[in-house]
Amino acid sequence: MTALVDLTLADARIGLNRGDFTSVELTEAHLRAIERRRFLNAFITETPEVAIAQAHASDRRRRAGQVGAMEGLPIAIKDIFCTEGLLTTAASHILDGFRPPYEATVSARLRAAGAVTLGKTNMDEFAMGSSNMTSYYGSVLNPWQRHSAPEIKLVPGGSSGGSAAAVAARLCLAAMGTDTGGSIRQPSSYCGIVGLKPTYGRCSRWGLIAFASSLDQAGPMTRTIRDSALMLGAMSGYDSKDSTSAQVPVPDFEEALTGEIHGLKVGVPCEYRSEGLSPEIVALWDQGIRWLKAAGAESIEISLPHTQYALATYYILAPAEASSNLARYDGVRYGLRKAGNSSLNDMYMQTRAAGFGQEVQRRVLIGTYVLSAGYYDAYYLKAQKVRTLIIRDFQQAFKTVDVILTPTAPTPAFAMGEQMDDPIIMYLNDIFTVPTSLAGLPGLSVPAGLSPEGLPLGLQIIGRPFDEQTVLKVGGVLETAACFTQRPSLAAAT
Amino acid sequence: MSLDKATVRAIAFLARLDISEEAIEPLIEELSAILHWTEKLQEVDTTNVEPASYVSVSKLYWREDFIDCGGYAETVLTNAPESTKGFFLVPKVVD
Amino acid sequence: MVHWIEGQTGLWEIVIGLEIHAQVTSRAKLFSGAATSFGRAPNTQVALFDAAFPGMLPVINAKCIEQAVRTGLGLNAHINKYSVFARKNYFYADLPAGYQISQHELPIVGPGLVAIDLSDGTSRTIRIERLHLEQDAGKSLHDRHPTLSFIDLNRAGVALMEIVSQPDMHSSEEAAAYVRKLRSILRYLGSCDGNMQEGSLRCDVNVSVRRPDEGFRTRCEIKNINSVRFMIQAIEYEAHRHVRVYESGGRIEQETRLFEASSGKTRAMRSKEMVHDYRYFPDPDLPPLTLDDAFIEDIRTSLPELPDQKKSRFINIYGLPAYAAGILVEDRETAEYYETVAKGRDPKTVANWVMTSLFGALHRSGREISDSPISADHLGQLIDLIGDGTISSHIAKSVFESMLETGQEPLAIVTAKGLKQVTDSKVIEQAIDAVMRRHPDKVALYRGGQVKLLGWFIGQVMKATDGKANPTKLSTLLKERLTES
Repeated sequence: MTALVDLTLADARIGLNRGDFTSVELTEAHLRAIERRRFLNAFITETPEVAIAQAHASDRRRRAGQVGAMEGLPIAIKDIFCTEGLLTTAASHILDGFRPPYEATVSARLRAAGAVTLGKTNMDEFAMGSSNMTSYYGSVLNPWQRHSAPEIKLVPGGSSGGSAAAVAARLCLAAMGTDTGGSIRQPSSYCGIVGLKPTYGRCSRWGLIAFASSLDQAGPMTRTIRDSALMLGAMSGYDSKDSTSAQVPVPDFEEALTGEIHGLKVGVPCEYRSEGLSPEIVALWDQGIRWLKAAGAESIEISLPHTQYALATYYILAPAEASSNLARYDGVRYGLRKAGNSSLNDMYMQTRAAGFGQEVQRRVLIGTYVLSAGYYDAYYLKAQKVRTLIIRDFQQAFKTVDVILTPTAPTPAFAMGEQMDDPIIMYLNDIFTVPTSLAGLPGLSVPAGLSPEGLPLGLQIIGRPFDEQTVLKVGGVLETAACFTQRPSLAAAT
Repeated sequence: MSLDKATVRAIAFLARLDISEEAIEPLIEELSAILHWTEKLQEVDTTNVEPASYVSVSKLYWREDFIDCGGYAETVLTNAPESTKGFFLVPKVVD
Repeated sequence: MVHWIEGQTGLWEIVIGLEIHAQVTSRAKLFSGAATSFGRAPNTQVALFDAAFPGMLPVINAKCIEQAVRTGLGLNAHINKYSVFARKNYFYADLPAGYQISQHELPIVGPGLVAIDLSDGTSRTIRIERLHLEQDAGKSLHDRHPTLSFIDLNRAGVALMEIVSQPDMHSSEEAAAYVRKLRSILRYLGSCDGNMQEGSLRCDVNVSVRRPDEGFRTRCEIKNINSVRFMIQAIEYEAHRHVRVYESGGRIEQETRLFEASSGKTRAMRSKEMVHDYRYFPDPDLPPLTLDDAFIEDIRTSLPELPDQKKSRFINIYGLPAYAAGILVEDRETAEYYETVAKGRDPKTVANWVMTSLFGALHRSGREISDSPISADHLGQLIDLIGDGTISSHIAKSVFESMLETGQEPLAIVTAKGLKQVTDSKVIEQAIDAVMRRHPDKVALYRGGQVKLLGWFIGQVMKATDGKANPTKLSTLLKERLTES
């Protein structure tokens, strides 16, 4: 009998339907797991009372015959989503005490589908980071450990590090994350779980604390592909309150998981295969190609010529948008205010300096600079033009292929404290995920293998706009072939 | 692009971020390095390329002109660090 | 007709450009569903978006788009079928998001024209550079507390049309005429109520001076002027200030200044504001605004007759002089009132009554024509009573005053007060004879050559008939009687 916390969303759904257990039992099991593994620091706010109340309500609904798509399933929510009445911080000191009087559309949809909220997960501050080490609430510990050096603490990746760790450590059946430059995919790769960034516009951004508006997307983080499809279906859909929300219908993503990829063309971009790429990553990538071919797909080498410019483009555009989006955090209407200031400007300056962490301040400054008079053309406008070229690269590629396969990250999870001296080294972690974000395409990370040190490695599947179905289908094939059943050592079966 | 202290101070003021004297030197280096790293974009030929301001496929949605929000001053003020009699409070601005 | 400033070293031309912020008439705000009414309790007309809560997003109000297009068409301007919303970034307590959603490089309306009429009878065309949509800011109250400012966000997010003119005006009179004309057009269109006291229409004035035939010199911006009278004062003061500075060898700094109503002067802002770098960039939360021809055409066909067209029509059809026509059409309600009264009546007579008696009365009681105590129909009836001889024009004036007080129709007043004109020759002759009998000395003087006494006799007979004698008949009969011997 599988422990309740080891179930998938799909299996838990079956179990609940069969009456094998109740949502209250399922929820309580997860609350106990959260307590046991609090040392991971995956949560900023745990909400046990809310969760139990919701679980009871769900069981009552089930008895009355009302069963939503996510009925009774306990999930965690990244603390970047505004949740009504619950502390929401974006892992920042500047949002101290903020309780939104409204619920983000995507989390409201999951709640309306019957999901149970276990708590708000830890993250990099304002989603800026690839390690979850910039959080005001402390770092998150990756539940995976290196064979040879288990004492070395590893990062779970970021910015959705808390969500990734929570899913990997069986603290929740699934979690909501957000991805701006790789913030769902990269931590999913580091933690050995499935992470999907949908097409830009697939999920509503209303109620999602904005970092970079033209890049941010909410997405599911789960242990299996089927779970990802299930959760994506419950989260997606047009929202007229978000003017960038796409007016496209939501297909049944689970139905797409046929495993049938005969004749499918898989693109392999030569530019991603740089000299510096570690042998284990190259080996895994080649293995992924072989698996897909074995299932009847065709592999085609493609070129995405502007790949090498994607990071620079991203690190101009994202900070630019962020510098404007974060101007509202000023101590006037919510959050932290530094008292004792005689002038308005002083209050702003002291509050923001005290409230924002170093990485956020760096990016706000970069963003302010690249938009400023005299630099706008050379930096911001230039980057927007290169973005167009990157989008065209993908459009061109998708004339000959149906999906693109790449590694998710250039390395497995690195150690805490590494990469802290130079911000640019940290930025290089996003090298494979950023182009997909710039092009607004759907990107999925699937755990495909382990490094020599026993750390998870993910493969990324990129698809055409709004073709999450094919992306998930291919992900399913890789999942079956990879047979990734390993668990993190800090979440051993009990 | 190497930034000088005056520029960093000016940018910090535009962004309303107070940077202490100790913090400014390392910050100047970091920001200069990041900006320098992004300058590789200058290599790219972008003649006649339109900026990609809109990734979204959506056409702008126009809402009808009716009132469906407001009338809840308490809610609007509920998270405010300082407020009184229905107003937000800030240090006085003189001009 | 150029208005020059005569400085000590020669003539100077004033150069004026105006940026007008007009609040769009709509129920809800530009990007949120909160209400736009004036004067409500603080922060009660604020959506979470207007207060820039985390995660909130803009959704554009169709009515505001329509109003901007309507206004553009009314200003003979080019409508841009593709326009973009941009963020204007700066920090201020009444700007919760730290940026204003506005339009920068691609506004919804392009170049246009406004014709203005001046008091010397000449006309000029002022070029409009552009019109764009943007959010209004909230209000800061600085006088409630010694060290704190009070912030009310009710106004934050209300739609504004910013209308930017070219620096085509060269006198405060031209600037005033431009503002009045623009206001008139906006009110005709129904796109803005033009209420300057409530702040629905605000002006930022750019003033510079130059020698004749010189290029432009440095200008100063005087912000947030909310009355035409203050604008005139501000322009005069500022232009003369520039001349004084230049003529004493100084230079004018480009700066933003404020107008002080109490002194009639402008002054630099105290906080040496850092040079604003607004870092405009296209708002990633809003796709571009695209308009199709059908949409624009629908609005074009629904436009009302505008002031210029109406004025031409009044000149051509009613034969009114340009100046009078201009005054009557400035306000749509006034024009409609006039046309109602003028239907089937002599247009010039009607124009006289409306512009002299009615306007005078309204001005004295501080009313608008829309709540005139005398309706257009009643005024028409009064004019008819004079026309058909029922009352004299002299009596009509007192009937008019009664109509103002009571709102009654004129015939009722005439009847109740027995004010009908006396036209019966016998009755008038009797009154004349009575007066002549009482003042034989005056009669003798008249017959002796002092014909100016006729006026005195007319006055006496009028008094005797309670002012009701028909003046023409009276004059004729009196002359006859007096010259008889």
